[in-house]
Amino acid sequence: MKMLKTFPDKCITCHNCESACSKLYFKEDNAKKSCVVINEEIYPPEMIVCNQCGTCVDVCPTLALTINTQGVVILNKSLCIGCLMCVAACPINSMRFTENVYNPFKCIACGICTRTCPAEAIEIVTA
Amino acid sequence: MNRKLIAEFKYAPAPVIRGYNKRSLYINLSTGEIKEKPVTELMIDKFVGGKGFDLYLMWHAIKDETKWDSPENEICISFGPLCGNTSYPGSGKSIVTTISPLTGIPVDCNVGGHFGPYTKFSGWDAIELQGIAKEEVIVYIDGDKGVVQILSAPDEEINSHIFAEELIKEFADSEDKYQFVSVVSSGKAAENVLITCLNFSFWDKRRKVARLKQAGRGGTGSVFRHKKIKALVVKYSGLKVDSNNPVDVETLRKRGLKLHQEIEAGDSTQNRMRQVGTAHLMEIMNDYDLLPIRNFKYGQMPEAEGLHSREFKKLFTQGMPDGCWFGCSLSCCKAVDNFEPRTGPYKGKKVCVDGPEYETAAGCGSNIGVFNARDVVEINFYCDTYGVDTISFGTSTAFAMECYENGILNKERTGGLELTWGNADAALELLHQMARGDGFGVIVGQGVRKMKQIFAEKYGADPDFLQDIGMEAKGLEYSQYMSKESLAQQGGYTLALKGPQHDEAWLIFMDMVNNQIPTFKDKAEALHYFPMFRTWFGLQGLCKLPWNDIEPANNAETDEPAKVPEHVQNYVDIYTAITGKPLNKKTLIEQSERVYNFQKVFCLRMGKGRRIDDVPPYRAVGPVTEEEYLSRQDRYDKQLKEKLNIDPEGKSTTEKMDILRKYREDQYQQLIDAVYERKGWNAQGVPKIEHLQKIGMDLPEVIEVVKRFL
Repeated sequence: MKMLKTFPDKCITCHNCESACSKLYFKEDNAKKSCVVINEEIYPPEMIVCNQCGTCVDVCPTLALTINTQGVVILNKSLCIGCLMCVAACPINSMRFTENVYNPFKCIACGICTRTCPAEAIEIVTA
Repeated sequence: MNRKLIAEFKYAPAPVIRGYNKRSLYINLSTGEIKEKPVTELMIDKFVGGKGFDLYLMWHAIKDETKWDSPENEICISFGPLCGNTSYPGSGKSIVTTISPLTGIPVDCNVGGHFGPYTKFSGWDAIELQGIAKEEVIVYIDGDKGVVQILSAPDEEINSHIFAEELIKEFADSEDKYQFVSVVSSGKAAENVLITCLNFSFWDKRRKVARLKQAGRGGTGSVFRHKKIKALVVKYSGLKVDSNNPVDVETLRKRGLKLHQEIEAGDSTQNRMRQVGTAHLMEIMNDYDLLPIRNFKYGQMPEAEGLHSREFKKLFTQGMPDGCWFGCSLSCCKAVDNFEPRTGPYKGKKVCVDGPEYETAAGCGSNIGVFNARDVVEINFYCDTYGVDTISFGTSTAFAMECYENGILNKERTGGLELTWGNADAALELLHQMARGDGFGVIVGQGVRKMKQIFAEKYGADPDFLQDIGMEAKGLEYSQYMSKESLAQQGGYTLALKGPQHDEAWLIFMDMVNNQIPTFKDKAEALHYFPMFRTWFGLQGLCKLPWNDIEPANNAETDEPAKVPEHVQNYVDIYTAITGKPLNKKTLIEQSERVYNFQKVFCLRMGKGRRIDDVPPYRAVGPVTEEEYLSRQDRYDKQLKEKLNIDPEGKSTTEKMDILRKYREDQYQQLIDAVYERKGWNAQGVPKIEHLQKIGMDLPEVIEVVKRFL
């Protein structure tokens, strides 16, 4: 299974990962539209990102969520009807949604964030 | 299938705006006429949608003397402005109305499945089906292309579990698009008996089968087949989160997500709807002496352990998102997969059975003395696929079994069937006879009211005894709760406009268990508020269950926990979010009150709905037989002492029963007085003209009917 591994002790809360993620997928620098979330209200910071556990896959009524050959949970937007049941079911709040975007979104372990992290606090692993 | 095109109508698909299409579809099966009718502002203002539109359209389509089998009788199906949203749980309901073969007045059924939302997004706020086709037909709505067709239906198999699936496969564009097609069908029994239903399908992508939800009450399937309709089929492929074009999609999504989260957090410790659906009620009802056993004689039995929800949990496939519409995280429509019936035409074949839900488990289980979960599943399966209402089947069979127990029936009269308590084989044979159109099953399938007439006339049975034990009112069979010890629920059942169904008011816990409504005035207020509140679901295209089968964690600390205030506020918010129209908790009730009183006057117009029709059989009020009295002797003796100041010592059971009966029947009449007063009706149950004016339901055609009864 391909997934992001986080090291909160190393995180310097620069939020570069959020910028990189939202710029890639939403073409804007907006933490609300990032699949990885850095919560610096606690210390060490909380790094919220999908662990590809598949809970969301089991609740999706249209089978829009599937697990690909690399073990990554993928959303097929053309099947998604935006019910957000997956958002409620996610045990670690890593299925994300934001205003004016009808489909939820999530980390697909592309690794763009790892390349912008100056502290090596986040990396792609194959478990 | 080689189908002949009988009639065709093309229309321009257009987006729904703020929950409405503002047009309805009229189909005349006799003439082949198909046309579009405008949904007027008056309809929206006064009738809102859903059941309101159905009743309004039916009112203007039929005559005072229309019977269920008159050509002008209609089947109306409507969806409501909130129907089809994918954000808030329980938002995919269709409401079906017709003049019922059991009651002669309008019956309304609230049913899930995909047909309603797809038809709405195909461009229609309601459908009217009038007339009788010259040959067997299906009606097809292609919402993608904007075409409505009447097609010939030479199909041999019409039992729903097979037929719905065949039609989905026939009309879908390809195998990966089965989910965009939904079917309404009935079954073979609907050609022969009256206690019938309609099945609304949804394609289950995981199980790869057509699942079936029932518009169960009042014989809708019989009307459907009498019109020579084998099925309605809809195809619509464009579903999105904003298909209703709501004015405020963000509020809609937020309220929905919050409820999803409550369900995630609370369902496993509250009602376990996701594990066992409404069958979780089985042990609760048995524990509280409320489970109907042996034709509503008893409310509790050790044998009911056999129908404990844990027995159904073993049969239901777990961990599935079993919503009957997209976005329903309550997921209560459980199914038994790979079930092999042991009787009938599908014996040994692996089938998927929807349910059993509580009503079915009680009606087709405890009420007929069957305490084996697999037997209940098999009766459930055949009821559904043959198009038989499990509630009416359970109550009608229970009545026949009690008549058998009392010697009114015997093997000779039943054609050899031993209708003893718990004889599941005999119950299943009754069902197969209903489907074949032969044997005693055809008699049972006429329902309790007709059986009472037949048994009195043909077998000389005592009509008073049959009246006491025949669990019907207005011609409709009771649903499956014991109301004997709850005066408020007696009213809840008997005052329900369509007949004794629990969807207007379920007050047993408030009344009997928690004693929250002790006075007549309290009970009358509850019998005003809850029927009005629950009517609202039928106006909007919503399901009742996500209202109070999941509660916010702090609900018990609110002023009125029985109303679940936070969820009522959710409904107010999502109504405004979709329609853009203002609403509050008070005006929500007023929306319902207009339609409720319209339906009441509609019942009067069709010949029922006065005080003389709001009469329960005594079995619903108190103990009819000595064995019933003795089974609760302590309770009844205590009531004589405390309420009536009568010492039961030294009195025979018969004497005590007579005293109790007079008392209870008098209490019931006092309740009715209080409720009529609260509802703005006169002592005969007729709405007062000034009340209709006050609530804004003083249309000339309504007043004209009311005047006939004043």
